[in-house]
Amino acid sequence: MKGKKLFFSVLALASAVTGGLIYAADHVDSPAVTGSSTDITDVYAFRAQNPDNLVFVGNTQGLLSPMASTTAKFDENTLIEFNIDNNGDAVEDLVIQAIPRNGKMKIFGPYTPANTGTRSTIANDKLSVEVDITKYGESAKTASNKGITAFAGPRDDPFFFDLDQFKKILAGTATSFNNPGTDFFKGTNVLSIILEVPKSMVGGTDKINVWLETKKKM
Amino acid sequence: MKAIQSIGFVLLAVSIFTACKKDNPPKNEDFGTYELSDQMARPAINTVFVSTADKDVFNTTTPSAMASAFGTKFKDRLLALSPGYTTNVLGLTADQFSGVLVTDVLTVSKTGVTTFFDGTNVLTGRALADDVIDTELTLIFGGPAGTSNPGLTSDKVNSNDKAFLSSFPYLATPH
Repeated sequence: MKGKKLFFSVLALASAVTGGLIYAADHVDSPAVTGSSTDITDVYAFRAQNPDNLVFVGNTQGLLSPMASTTAKFDENTLIEFNIDNNGDAVEDLVIQAIPRNGKMKIFGPYTPANTGTRSTIANDKLSVEVDITKYGESAKTASNKGITAFAGPRDDPFFFDLDQFKKILAGTATSFNNPGTDFFKGTNVLSIILEVPKSMVGGTDKINVWLETKKKM
Repeated sequence: MKAIQSIGFVLLAVSIFTACKKDNPPKNEDFGTYELSDQMARPAINTVFVSTADKDVFNTTTPSAMASAFGTKFKDRLLALSPGYTTNVLGLTADQFSGVLVTDVLTVSKTGVTTFFDGTNVLTGRALADDVIDTELTLIFGGPAGTSNPGLTSDKVNSNDKAFLSSFPYLATPH
């Protein structure tokens, strides 16, 4: 009975989510950004191999086939911004910004932004490191400066999920996942910004709140 | 005439080149102003909890404003998805759980293990190999013990299709 109740509720839900493909984690989640340079797929933050550092990963432009990965590009009008709140109010106290120029990814910060919220500027004097954007087929180019190590370029999409079956469940045409499931993201790439940052540079607290934003030049 | 023209052109080109050289290192670029387009923290939150009509609005609402704008909608969606919901394995009621989810930030520990969920630590970061979908499905569908609706608490895809690297840049090479 429980299953049936769920089944009907899922049916009800399905009617609420019609009219669009459903992607995850955040891949192509938003009608306005789908298929554009500002479309975020995922953000990761974890302790680095060196436990004094954190790694920040921002992935964009998901579901790239190997062929599409040869031409996929970062956009010079798209700012990719890691936001860090270190006092628990969900307002950014620090940002780490990435913007491409002439084949290089410029990384600014972490620094205290002039403004919080939906609009950002870039403080030139906060440039930390710039790294050659790795092209598809090249081995990873990395650069380190001011304590920060950076990579920018195509990588395997680290996300895994049986998205198709989840959509079927939401649509009411399936009642459970399959065993084994099918990884919808298998064989696809993303454009990644990967940064390794000393913990000492992201505030003095024991924990931080992190989110990733893409911002379009006005 | 043609020769003179091309000499003139070369001179012009040289002067431009010289001007460029003088600017090296280039003067600080005014990068301009950038407006929020997309955002995310915890995986699949927008996908699962935000209606199609609201997705763009959610993506351009700053985290500190999300609770007031979407709190009720998140709770309604949770109960629509999982109508028998009482509490989850974290002991969170529908109000508490939707309240945690609606402010979409990823909490990251600077002192310990960083994982979405590893059996012990909860929401202390997000590592590449974390099976974040199973964690979220379990929290939504699994009930107080995490064992309810077993067909819905795991997508049975437990790992990535490529091995991650133990050192920078950590993500696998592209396909």
